[in-house]
Amino acid sequence: MVSLSAHGLRGSPDPSRRGFLVTMIGAGVMLGYVRSGLAAPASTTPGDLFEPTIWYGIDPSGTLTVNILRAEMGQHVGTALARIVADELEADWSKVKTVTVDSDPKWGLMFTGASWSVWQSFPILSRAGAAGRIALVEAGAKLLGANPQSCTARNGSVHAMGKSISYGDIVARSNLRRTFTPDELKKIPLKPPADRRLIGKETEALDVPSKVNGEGRYGIDAVADGMVYARPKIPPTRYDSKVTSIDDSAAKHLPGYIRSVALDDPSGTVPGWVMVYADSFTAANRAADLVKVTWQSGPAANVSERDIQHRAAELIADPRGGSLFVDDPGVDAVLASANRRMERTYTTATAMHFALEPVNALAFEKDGVVEIHTGNQWQSSILPVLAKALRRSQDKIVMRSYLLGGAFGRRLDGDYAVGAALATIAIGGKPVKMVCTRDDDMRFDCPRSASRQVVRLAWGDGNRIAAMDHHAAACWPTATIAPYFLGKDAKGAPYDPFAISGADHWYNVGAHRVRALHNDLADRTFRSGYLRSVGAGWTSWAVESFMDEAAHEAGIDPVKFRLNLLDGAGRNAGSAPNSLGGARRQAAVLARCAQKAGWGGSMPKDVGLGIASTFGQERTMPTWCACAARVRVDRTNGHVWVEKLTLVIDAGTIIHPDSAQAQVEGAALWGLTLALYEGTEFFKGQPKDTNLNSYRVLRMGDVPELDIEFVPSTEAPVGLGEPATTAVAPAIGNAIFGATGARVRHTPIRPEQILAALKTQ
Amino acid sequence: MTNFDLNGRTVSVHSSDDTPLLWVIRDELRLTGTKFGCGIGFCGACTVHVEGRATRSCITPVGAVGGAKITTIEGLDPEGKHPLQTAWLELQVPQCGYCQSGQIMQAATLLKDYPHPSDRDINAVMAGNVCRCMTYPRIRKAIKLAASRMQGAANHG
Repeated sequence: MVSLSAHGLRGSPDPSRRGFLVTMIGAGVMLGYVRSGLAAPASTTPGDLFEPTIWYGIDPSGTLTVNILRAEMGQHVGTALARIVADELEADWSKVKTVTVDSDPKWGLMFTGASWSVWQSFPILSRAGAAGRIALVEAGAKLLGANPQSCTARNGSVHAMGKSISYGDIVARSNLRRTFTPDELKKIPLKPPADRRLIGKETEALDVPSKVNGEGRYGIDAVADGMVYARPKIPPTRYDSKVTSIDDSAAKHLPGYIRSVALDDPSGTVPGWVMVYADSFTAANRAADLVKVTWQSGPAANVSERDIQHRAAELIADPRGGSLFVDDPGVDAVLASANRRMERTYTTATAMHFALEPVNALAFEKDGVVEIHTGNQWQSSILPVLAKALRRSQDKIVMRSYLLGGAFGRRLDGDYAVGAALATIAIGGKPVKMVCTRDDDMRFDCPRSASRQVVRLAWGDGNRIAAMDHHAAACWPTATIAPYFLGKDAKGAPYDPFAISGADHWYNVGAHRVRALHNDLADRTFRSGYLRSVGAGWTSWAVESFMDEAAHEAGIDPVKFRLNLLDGAGRNAGSAPNSLGGARRQAAVLARCAQKAGWGGSMPKDVGLGIASTFGQERTMPTWCACAARVRVDRTNGHVWVEKLTLVIDAGTIIHPDSAQAQVEGAALWGLTLALYEGTEFFKGQPKDTNLNSYRVLRMGDVPELDIEFVPSTEAPVGLGEPATTAVAPAIGNAIFGATGARVRHTPIRPEQILAALKTQ
Repeated sequence: MTNFDLNGRTVSVHSSDDTPLLWVIRDELRLTGTKFGCGIGFCGACTVHVEGRATRSCITPVGAVGGAKITTIEGLDPEGKHPLQTAWLELQVPQCGYCQSGQIMQAATLLKDYPHPSDRDINAVMAGNVCRCMTYPRIRKAIKLAASRMQGAANHG
């Protein structure tokens, strides 16, 4: 079992290096939220601002501006992070605003994904808030003529002896220069949970008002004076396509058409792209359809989904190769000596992001700096690539932040920013607004790859599992996007932790082995990516379907079967702070979920209840999830209706309850759409489905009743954006079995698969 | 040149007649609350009202709406306080928010046709509006909340 943090994967900004310093307010801030009713503060000179850490500042009006380095893509992350600061700072929430910052090395790792934001930020931001409170109390005490020990800070003021002074007045009247050493910062005690005034309490998210009146500014809304528009011609293969000719004669008569340029990309991020420029998006869009480009395509031009699955099967069949993500001794011996074994194969299809805002960016050069205006989840990973593509140093590139019109992992890959940046350079730095059409966006997506997994077990005495052996082949997006994040097994073989997490489950199954295999053919065919819940999206599909099959084979109730294995023994005991309680907490959500869903009760004909439980994604920060799905199956046509999803989640401390609820609603329904609807296949190097005319997504009428419960907890806050996704598909598959006795082992579960499974019963 | 009424104001636009209304609104008139999602009328992000009816602006040529009354999310209510917008806020419907202008504009038509929408009415009329953040359960609740308030107001008005 390898911990992600052991490999330095976290890379979170280290507060100890920052100490307590006064910095200039960042220039060029684009995206911010002001609490309704609070006017934007008059511009302040840096000297007016109390900015004890880089994370926030208080101006003389008392407005607290919290700098948010995380992308706002629907999780209301700024509100949660600002409340962490404001709670320890004892700030007046009505005077809080957030600013989503532009790229700058001072922020450290700029990354929004893996459900890490709150979990990573909590210790940093709460201490930053506490440090500010201490400094304000000291300064306030002086102004009040009181002893700091007798002062209390509450609701944006310091109080003592029946008098009080607001933070704004303290900032205006003091020259706040209190400094803390890194050690002092570390030693600042945080509030006991019972004293929290904002965390865990309801509030309206700061970003929501701008999302109901059309004011929210997304990347696609960015404008610059004199900008032209561009649409790329996407080459026939993601890699190794070379432009051999461009014929724009048909476009030349189109009003507004400017020209077409083959991009020169030293970073190899957008090979074979031809940018079609025009004076409006409509003209660029139409011109791109008229411009004829011939390419010499790459070797993936003939690769289809079947080849990708075939390659996965080949990799799994070969005992050599791969990386041992979990590697207990004795697995082979137990399997060889067992009287009874069980083996199953599970697969998932290629799935697309289909973020509703197609990828786009505005780029231009100004004062020697290339500015890229776009919504992005991982500026730190794409800036070095941009530097290579543009042949300039990173300090000559800035990414300005906007709202993200959906992300779900798509915007972790900033490849589209490279296309836009090269597009401006190709026309001398003039502003270019590059917008992909939906078809472009889909063909240029970084999909969740197809996966194939073979899981085996050896039965021991009394229907206990004596050994478990799990082989998983899929793309390794990290190998392409951030190779420095790859893990290494005991023998030094690399693996993508994000493509295998979830397989290292908390069940006690005796000797356990997980082998991660890189589907190299798939990764040569397309640029793979991270999709909501990432690898745990498919590993949990295999583990939880397999647990269900094993329970039925053993003749034991699937809930009891799992509870027996979640004994919290040995390495599954968990550890403080993030996984305290270990497998016992997974058992608790599972038991509660079964109870809520009416597990064990009788069901009408062709209606079934299925259950699954997971730890979210990563063992180092488990979010304990259980899901019970109630489905109805029409045996005549194979249609499945999910009637209800019951979820119980233990994510430790919940910062913003309503947002937490919203994230689980979204994650659960993503689980559902991936289980039943969403999937495509590669055909000759391209995804077969490129728009909603054939790509089926979840719509209003598909939504089941949702019953979501959080375990009350004061443990460390972990992640919420993705974990619930992992438990839904296996719960649905298991429910289909419960309803009909037909077992499905591939997602999306389409009617023809169910009909076929019914026939083999 | 095409003239039409946009949010109560007459506008003259220079885009050619075959330009989709969406891009005229966004790029020429610089009102960006209306969004581009699929470009084929299948996602609903671009929904505006043409003469009070929800219309997919990405597949509506501007030449076809000459003289018509067009309303976008920015003009749905002069203060942004249409009962749907208020309900959307109260129930914290939006996540990423990108589809929500279209959802609200579609829902406004729904409530005109079905002042007391059943779940089936909502499923049918909102079927063309995709939300990738999956805010569907909250959209449904907010439509019902707005409907009850509008009915209450009508009864007491």
